[in-house]
Amino acid sequence: MASLKLNLSAAALIGSLLIGASPALAEAVLHRGNAGEPQTLDQAHTSINIEEFILKDLYEGLTIYDASGKIVPGAAETWELSDDGTVYTFKLRADAKWSDGSPVTAEDFVFSFRRVEDPKTAAGYANILFPIKNAEKVNKGELPTDQLGLKAVDDKTLEITLERPTPFFLELLAHQTALPVSKASVEKNGADFVKPGVMVSNGAFTLAAHVPNDSLTAVKNPNYWDAANVKLDKVIFYPIDDQAASVRRFEAKEMDLAYNFSADQLDRLRKSHGDQVHVSPTLATYYYAFDTRQEPYSDVRVRQALSMAVDRDFLAKEIYAGSQLPAYSMVPPGIESYGDPSKAEFGTLSQLDREDKALALMKEAGYGEGGKPLEIELRYNTNPNHERVATAVADMWKNTFGAKVSLVNLDVSSHYAYLQEGGKFNVARAGWVADYADAENFLALSLSSNKTFNYGHFENAEFDGLMKKSYEEQDPAARSKLLHEAEALLMKEQPIAPLLTQADLWLVSDRVKGWQDNSPNQHLSRFLSVAE
Amino acid sequence: MISFILRRLASAVPTLFIVVTISFFLMRFAPGGPFNLERPLPPQTMANLMATYQLDQPLWRQYVHYLSNAVTGDFGPSYIYKDNNVAQLIGKGLPYSIELGLYALLFAVIGGVIAGTIAALRQNSILDFTIMSVSTLGVTVPNFVVGPVLTLVFAIGLAWLPAGGWGDGSMRYLILPMIALALPQLAVFARLTRGSMIEALHTDHIRTAKAYGLPARTVVVTHAMRGAMLPVVSYLAPCAAALLTGSAVVETIFTIPGVGRYFVLGAINRDYTLVMGTVILVAIFVIVFNLLVDILYGLLDPRVRHD
Amino acid sequence: MTDIVQTPAAAPETKGRSLFQLAAMRFKRNRAAMAGCVMLALIAVFSFLGPLFVPHTYDQVFPSYVNIGPSLEPRPDTSTLQEVMEGVATRARVTLKEFNVEGEAFTATITSEQPIDARATRYFDRANEFRDTQVVATEDEGRTLKVTGQVDREYFPFGTDSNGRDLLVRVMLGGQISIAVGLLASLVSLGIGVVYGATSGYIGGRVDNVMMRLVEIMYSLPFVFLVVVLVVFFGRSFILIFLVIGAVEWLDMARIVRGQTLALKRREFVGAAQALGLTDWQIIRRHIIPNTIGPVIVFVTVVVPKVILLESFLSFLGLGVQAPLTSWGALISEGANNIQSAPWLLIFPAIFFVLTLFSLNFVGDGLRDALDPKDR
Repeated sequence: MASLKLNLSAAALIGSLLIGASPALAEAVLHRGNAGEPQTLDQAHTSINIEEFILKDLYEGLTIYDASGKIVPGAAETWELSDDGTVYTFKLRADAKWSDGSPVTAEDFVFSFRRVEDPKTAAGYANILFPIKNAEKVNKGELPTDQLGLKAVDDKTLEITLERPTPFFLELLAHQTALPVSKASVEKNGADFVKPGVMVSNGAFTLAAHVPNDSLTAVKNPNYWDAANVKLDKVIFYPIDDQAASVRRFEAKEMDLAYNFSADQLDRLRKSHGDQVHVSPTLATYYYAFDTRQEPYSDVRVRQALSMAVDRDFLAKEIYAGSQLPAYSMVPPGIESYGDPSKAEFGTLSQLDREDKALALMKEAGYGEGGKPLEIELRYNTNPNHERVATAVADMWKNTFGAKVSLVNLDVSSHYAYLQEGGKFNVARAGWVADYADAENFLALSLSSNKTFNYGHFENAEFDGLMKKSYEEQDPAARSKLLHEAEALLMKEQPIAPLLTQADLWLVSDRVKGWQDNSPNQHLSRFLSVAE
Repeated sequence: MISFILRRLASAVPTLFIVVTISFFLMRFAPGGPFNLERPLPPQTMANLMATYQLDQPLWRQYVHYLSNAVTGDFGPSYIYKDNNVAQLIGKGLPYSIELGLYALLFAVIGGVIAGTIAALRQNSILDFTIMSVSTLGVTVPNFVVGPVLTLVFAIGLAWLPAGGWGDGSMRYLILPMIALALPQLAVFARLTRGSMIEALHTDHIRTAKAYGLPARTVVVTHAMRGAMLPVVSYLAPCAAALLTGSAVVETIFTIPGVGRYFVLGAINRDYTLVMGTVILVAIFVIVFNLLVDILYGLLDPRVRHD
Repeated sequence: MTDIVQTPAAAPETKGRSLFQLAAMRFKRNRAAMAGCVMLALIAVFSFLGPLFVPHTYDQVFPSYVNIGPSLEPRPDTSTLQEVMEGVATRARVTLKEFNVEGEAFTATITSEQPIDARATRYFDRANEFRDTQVVATEDEGRTLKVTGQVDREYFPFGTDSNGRDLLVRVMLGGQISIAVGLLASLVSLGIGVVYGATSGYIGGRVDNVMMRLVEIMYSLPFVFLVVVLVVFFGRSFILIFLVIGAVEWLDMARIVRGQTLALKRREFVGAAQALGLTDWQIIRRHIIPNTIGPVIVFVTVVVPKVILLESFLSFLGLGVQAPLTSWGALISEGANNIQSAPWLLIFPAIFFVLTLFSLNFVGDGLRDALDPKDR
């Protein structure tokens, strides 16, 4: 069958060679599956990675992620940081140009960042640039946008003043919200600057066509400073929100890349597609939050016991077919500035010991067999995977403590609205994907001041104190130590039970060259090529 | 007749008004809003967004605002697909849905009526049994099963047809989604036709016609068919409205850029304005098709009078 | 016609029979319909009584048997047992030296470089396959243990799902819920739709106009929000499922019945009934509704599968049955996502679903023939 197909395609190829005039220089086209339709192509409004993949091909920020996921210079060629860690001076590339041929200037960046912080823009990710001086106040409407700590020293020199030293600022600049817009284009076209034919971009590709829910075509940008090294002529993004459908289109060879498929398919795809299947751990944590405002979850022993009784190996290996890793810390491993996260103490025990300890703790707290009955309501947003995890965890709690566990699922919006508006619950599912590779991004979720994110309303002065110190600490090593202490405390208190470190699943066709798995999940088409 | 049509069109205005009003307030009783995402927004950002889209104003004012804009043809911005307003989203997607839906509708009605007629004429034969079994399968097997199976067989296994996408809009791309969309409806039409054909064939005037020795085909086509079409036509209105406004399932499975997906996505994401757009769209289709069907009744059966 | 001669002879016999008895007689003579009835009864028995005869419960998780295919052989077979035992040994951080299974019992010898914790036997018990593991001999200062215990063998004729639950029991449970939802919701939509449609069509005029506009309004309302709002106000309840489904599905039925009624009300027998002075309601009940039976029954056989599948969409919004309970619709949609890697998850629930609806169609056709007033 395979050889027959090969013959057929060979015949087709010969046929096309005979008919076509001279396709010797065939276009190099990358067919890229994307997990859904982008909600916007405006960097001020973007919020999901569907948009990130597209926008980062179209635009280039001051810093970018290379093929291996490391931060490297982008539109800025070099930069300097002042001794007190608060003033960055970026030198833009002399040959950096917009797709209309005009030069990329420092003023474009000033304009773009002011636009993001302007409360009238209502940018969803405005907080990405909050480390810039006065950004938060500008965003609240307390100061005018020109008070933002930005200065275009000359056409190619940009000076950014920070509120306080921010060790992860270069990573923030690589976020899609920090991508520049062309000042001239936005001023001329207004909200239409995102439309094909109108959009002016400074990345390796430019927007050629966009049929919502069908395809988005980007073609090579001849004005890109590094155009000589861009090997693809065209990238076509296909928005497919149905994971099974995206796998089918990959299998039908209509797409070279497919992102995020269901873990149930993993074994089958590994058998049929071998190393075209890529699983790479990412900076994301799947966790259950306990409502610490009410009995019995206000008791740290109950929280620890429930967390310990969850056999994370089972979840990772059986429910997720090995595509996720068991997690015993809130911060996932793989953050360079943080190193190994502080794991919960029970992380080193065997599952049996954990269960013994869990039972003892639960007994001490006076619940479970022989004590007060344990009735747990487990809430999650509707999704087959979350349902399977909840089913398995319910079974574990039932077997270990004789608890009565009931499941409640709601659609995404209802589920999160309930949690974010402070609704009471027992145990609820949540997840967090890093906005930028720093431990603070995960730990800040449990600050008592963080009313929307801290679903379980965990309040611990010591934890808050450690976090506060970490914000003021300028020495990276000392800061990392403070964060580790905070996490160790968090894991002892277990207001949240981290269950899994998530992984990104990709199908990468053999045609695609230059692909490297990396934990920030960054794959600019610029670094990819296709073989015929 | 013309005054009947005019009166019906006039009554569409209050109907639409009621639909819009109920839907508008119904949505707001549902928990969550367009910006309650898995990744919570900081309070400041949330406040900015609510202010930008005027969602922080009293509900009645939002309602008046929406209504007065809608009358002038401005259906508001989409909260989720921020680069487009609702009119643009629906305007872009609708032609695709209508084209695919029209093929599916024609396929379902013509195929269903022919299959049902054949089955009725050969009542209780093997042919009848086969047609009815296939149509039972058609009604039973949901399109979220039919769609993937079709792609597995024809796109991946045999590699004859594409697995999804609109492509250049040629028939190659439309065949599989059209079948998935039409199959359940085709089965309904076949069953309805068979049932009423059998009834019609048993009525006195058909028996009489047969007894007078009129050729079988003439009898069937001119007499039985007319009476038998009534339930088929009745079902035509909701079916056409459903098919032409797209199917979320089929559009998702085959990546069709239509409007069907907005019905579910809009609601799940609490994109209030987009939902209102889809609600008005469906209402218009339902009203128009019900009117057409009521006119058809009179043509099919002169006893039906509109007074 | 020629029958007339026989009529007097038949009269005494038919006299005592009600219309219902006549219909029942005719129905019993229809072989396909009776076969359908038997089939439906069997499926109902399977769904409602079946769980009593299967040792597993619908929410019981078998961690060692996640996503295994259907098989009539007991699990595990001996070679798998060997693998499982090796797996257990690895988890207990000991080496397996010897392993034998005889009937329902096993013996194993495990060694380690350090004395083995006696609690290690619990690793054996934790695997679903082994139970009552005991240490029978300790050698080599506790570095070698001889253990015995019982082997549990399980039957999974339908395989297991991705949580390691027995699909057989889940199909049975799904049947209970889907049959209940299918029947009740269809009856609700049938009842409302027929009465509403017949009334609207028969009275006609302004009443018809208003009633049909109401249908159009209902048709256009955003269904998802209707469901979500109902959940908010009334919480999740089984009754609500019927109401919601019934509230949507009667619309098509009403349009069809109204269409039939528009034609029927100009027929001679309706005129005769009016002349006899029957009230509108009597005419609707005795003359209009019975004459719409054909299309109505056909449509019911279409509504049932729609209703059952709609229920699975409701669970998505948080209104359908709550996990770990399940329904055929939910099982089928779960299976559809895994067609390639675990086809049995789709095939088994689908077989029962399709079989039920086939039977229902035969019963429906039989009922139509039996009840049709024109055939009398």
